[in-house]
Amino acid sequence: MNAPQTLNLRINGESVPASALLHDTLLTVLRDRLQLTAAKRGCNQGVCGACTVSVDAQPMRACLSLAHNCEGAEVLTLEGLNNDPRMQALQHSFARAGAFQCGFCTAGMLVSARALIEQNPAPDDAAVRSALSGNLCRCTGYVKIIAAVQSAAAALREEVAAS
Amino acid sequence: MSTATTDNAPAQADTVGASVSQIEGGDKLTGRALFTADLYRHGMLHGAIAQSPHAHARIRGYDLTEALALPGVRAIVTGDDVPGDHRMGAFIKDEPALAKGKVRYVGEIVAAVAADTEEIARHAARLIHVDYEELPAALDPAEALADGAPLIHETSETYAAVFDSGTSGNLCSRTSLGQGDVEAAWTRCDVVVERTYQTQAQAHLSIEPCGALAEVDSAGRVTLWSANQSVFRVQANVCESLGLPMTRLRCQTPHIGAGFGNKMESHVQPALVALALKARRTVKLVLSREEDFETVRARHPATIRMKTGAMRDGTLVAREVELLLDGGAYGDDSPGVLGYALLMNCGPYNIPHVHAHGRVAYTNKMRFGAFRGFGVPQVTFASEQQLDEIAQQLGMDPLALRRKSIKRDGDPWFGGQPVLSNGLAECLDVVERASGWQAQRAGKAAAATGDRVRGYGIATSAHISGLLASGAVVKMLEDGSVLLNTGAVDIGQGSNTALTQMCAQALKLTMDQVAIASPDTDGSPYNWGTTASRVTYVTGRSVVAAAAEVEKQLKMHAGQMLECSVEDLELLPGGKVAIKGVAQRNVSFAAISGRAHWAAGGPIMGTHTWVFDQKTLDPKRAVAVGLPFPQIGIFSFSAMVVEVEVDTLTGKVRVPRAWSACDIGRAINPTMATGQIEGAFVQGMGYALTEEMVWDGARLANPSLMDYKIPTFAELPETLQAFIVESNEPSGPFGAKSVGEIGINAVAAAIANGIADAVGVRLQQLPMTAERVLTALLAKEGA
Repeated sequence: MNAPQTLNLRINGESVPASALLHDTLLTVLRDRLQLTAAKRGCNQGVCGACTVSVDAQPMRACLSLAHNCEGAEVLTLEGLNNDPRMQALQHSFARAGAFQCGFCTAGMLVSARALIEQNPAPDDAAVRSALSGNLCRCTGYVKIIAAVQSAAAALREEVAAS
Repeated sequence: MSTATTDNAPAQADTVGASVSQIEGGDKLTGRALFTADLYRHGMLHGAIAQSPHAHARIRGYDLTEALALPGVRAIVTGDDVPGDHRMGAFIKDEPALAKGKVRYVGEIVAAVAADTEEIARHAARLIHVDYEELPAALDPAEALADGAPLIHETSETYAAVFDSGTSGNLCSRTSLGQGDVEAAWTRCDVVVERTYQTQAQAHLSIEPCGALAEVDSAGRVTLWSANQSVFRVQANVCESLGLPMTRLRCQTPHIGAGFGNKMESHVQPALVALALKARRTVKLVLSREEDFETVRARHPATIRMKTGAMRDGTLVAREVELLLDGGAYGDDSPGVLGYALLMNCGPYNIPHVHAHGRVAYTNKMRFGAFRGFGVPQVTFASEQQLDEIAQQLGMDPLALRRKSIKRDGDPWFGGQPVLSNGLAECLDVVERASGWQAQRAGKAAAATGDRVRGYGIATSAHISGLLASGAVVKMLEDGSVLLNTGAVDIGQGSNTALTQMCAQALKLTMDQVAIASPDTDGSPYNWGTTASRVTYVTGRSVVAAAAEVEKQLKMHAGQMLECSVEDLELLPGGKVAIKGVAQRNVSFAAISGRAHWAAGGPIMGTHTWVFDQKTLDPKRAVAVGLPFPQIGIFSFSAMVVEVEVDTLTGKVRVPRAWSACDIGRAINPTMATGQIEGAFVQGMGYALTEEMVWDGARLANPSLMDYKIPTFAELPETLQAFIVESNEPSGPFGAKSVGEIGINAVAAAIANGIADAVGVRLQQLPMTAERVLTALLAKEGA
């Protein structure tokens, strides 16, 4: 086994020194070393999307990203996005629409959805499905998630129009 | 002390029937909600399991030397660490905490390691050497029941069972139910359909893998947090399998990343508690996705021979069913699944003459157990296709045939149990209207595009709401607010919210005046579990009854404080008791509770416990052997229509549109209720079309999300509409029945009927993959 090294990561807007082995994924460092547990380990294989975080403004699978490769990148987890207006709009609409049940996939779902509405302020049904098709949910049947993402996008557009 | 207040109570809308947001939303939507894997304790160790590489083998011994020598390893447990002959099981006590003496399936837990890090624990698990003597295996249920098959449990006849299970050799259990005279009835039938159907193993695939965390105090008492659907079943299973008194184990629950039956009985908890007791340290153990696939449990593969007869006018006359379930290596919930599938095999139809028989076979596979629908999706896949075949042979519209024989108001269930509320006819009306059934079927040929052909399928089903024990404690706090404690685990479906709504409604409080306690075997009343679609109905009734007890105590105080008769008092919204019709003559809950705490009567608390007590069968109408549930009932109903598109070149099936209507009695929270119906439909669509656990010999070949496909956003129908029908169950809390499972039962059947309508082929095997549909199409062309 290799010896742990100290990485200088930028997480949620702060410089965070974190101890990591060469093969440690970003998810391992976030969850096990830093106790940032919003991103979940559902499959550890890059399929379920529950570990999705934002790396340099792109949604990424933290379970497939080596922590060493994230040095110098801007990593945002749900914990660091709770004051973001887009995230707040999504959280509000997810709560109203019943777009989550158990909540295990929710952090990943929200991070992916935020990236979508950042790029596409008025996503149609097909755009939402496409952007979120890498995030699995076994509870909701997805219907209410699509509605929630679209209603959050609409609310944000109204805010922009009003300002 | 002031006994009257003058401020006007704010007008309050009803909380029951309102789509209140799930009360855990604040935590779940911000990443604060802690699931099992998110729990950390000071100085805790990490656990890992070692699994059997063999389907069936005797354990001659263990060599732990190398594993124990690895730096950072703190303790290892094997079957040798569990003294005596302790076994657990919901129906048959046949399962050890971890393999002891023998292994019975590939992937079975044979040892567990506690180490300083998860990496070290997993490394050490690979260094455990088990000396196995391989035995011949029985992998197929029919082969397992044949003469001369290798015995999976040598002394199964001696196992304790909670009902007349008939356990013997590799026969785990058997059940027979009957009414009328089937043999005589066939001669009166103008049309008889008989076929054999095969259904597959489906993985629950809750996105949270199973795991647990155990803390041990200096006296050896354990506090256990785990992914579960019942803290009380966890406690019972761990204590039974380790031979511990129940006072030695306290079970609590973090947030649960969904359970569809997989977290009801135990998974790693017994082995982990043994490990933590040996290490005398806190240990957390979370399964990898692959381990979860291999060791937890799955939906039963079933072989279903079914025969249905009807008269020329479509009246259903007779039904015979023979069911063989693969139970896997341990009984788990299998006997219950078998009995329930047989009880529900006719679906919500009046069939006077029925004989239903089934067996569960032990095999050298993983456990098969409870999964949303509990055997009903399997029998419904057979039954609803037979109704369509009868309709076709009689030249009847499938919907018209169903209308002729569905149970209506006052019709009892198969076996004679009264059905007090029944909205099935309305469910059929709703989906007929919403789908435009007649017009769609008439116009489907014109709607075909190239090689893609459309068809429409219909199916119905029922499910129960009432089973086993529940309780509630409604405690008034000193300031007049309320704490509700039921012991029912919210597995994500929102029962904490729905039960809080009921409590608030019963006491005319707002949601924020009621808090709900997290289930805890030390402090909560008994609750059998979040399973069998039962929490809203069974626990809801306890909440309403306990709240009524609080109301009674409140009025007793208020009568003394206002110097009036208890009968003259009523609750006002917002936490007040007033003289009827004289709202300004009132006392607040705060004032009453203060008096109760400090001056008179003692703190106010309402309690209620009960066990569902309606008899399953009327012995004058039905005979039964090996019935696992003597008291089960209160039926919800569903009808659904699906639009199916079959690509005739590839065989690929798509569901562009679907309409699912459920009679759930009363929706306590309509948004959460439709969420159940939508989620169940999509899970059922995976069952129908893509999901299949495949074994390569004894080894599960696809234990990963790469190779086991659940529906994604891409497969979701373009239109999926959920409808709620409210029949108002007279015995239900605020009229409610159940919603958790009803939406999944008929999905595979409806899609199969849609495929037949589109391309004229009937599939008797699930899932209906492109390959199987194409094979059927080619066979039809060749015929």
